[in-house]
Amino acid sequence: MATTQDKKNDAGSGFVYLPLIAGWLVPGAGHFLLRKWGRGALLSVSILGMFLIGIAMQGKLYAGAHDILDMLGLAGDLGNGLLYFVSRAAGWGADQVTVTTGDYGTRFIVVAGLLNIIAAVDAHNLRTGRKA
Amino acid sequence: MFRPSHFAAVVLFALFASVVFGVTQRETPRRMVRYGLYCFVLFVGSAIVLSWLMFLIAR
Repeated sequence: MATTQDKKNDAGSGFVYLPLIAGWLVPGAGHFLLRKWGRGALLSVSILGMFLIGIAMQGKLYAGAHDILDMLGLAGDLGNGLLYFVSRAAGWGADQVTVTTGDYGTRFIVVAGLLNIIAAVDAHNLRTGRKA
Repeated sequence: MFRPSHFAAVVLFALFASVVFGVTQRETPRRMVRYGLYCFVLFVGSAIVLSWLMFLIAR
């Protein structure tokens, strides 16, 4: 029976925060690094899908923090990692929400970022052996 | 531009969030599927119940 110590030893050596950072930058990448292909694919498709649907619904990408709600929105958006920066650079998303679906889209983008943070922390837990 | 109905948006949101919750919050595949389904039903079910409540209050 595998103990927690065995799991930690199985996790291997190297930079322990690599799956966490990779998972934040690219959804699912942390799990791919740990050869958890199925989990990584599911997370990647879910988070990417949610983010892209949010963009397609003309959701707003938060650019600055003018009040507390903007700060929270920006924090959520930043959870998307490279997706956020690439989208900002490409000019995707809306500056202002003008349609009802745009409001839903804004929430989709923020929640995709928060889910990506959960996924990245899960990859870190797998790496450290805290989770099987 | 993608314009889903309110219910379609709820189902998409529930689907993606449930998959991530299932994969990250449980350890075995069987328990992941069960927890994912549980979250999905709770997301969609609570949206339907709250929608009916708001409909009845607004009448």
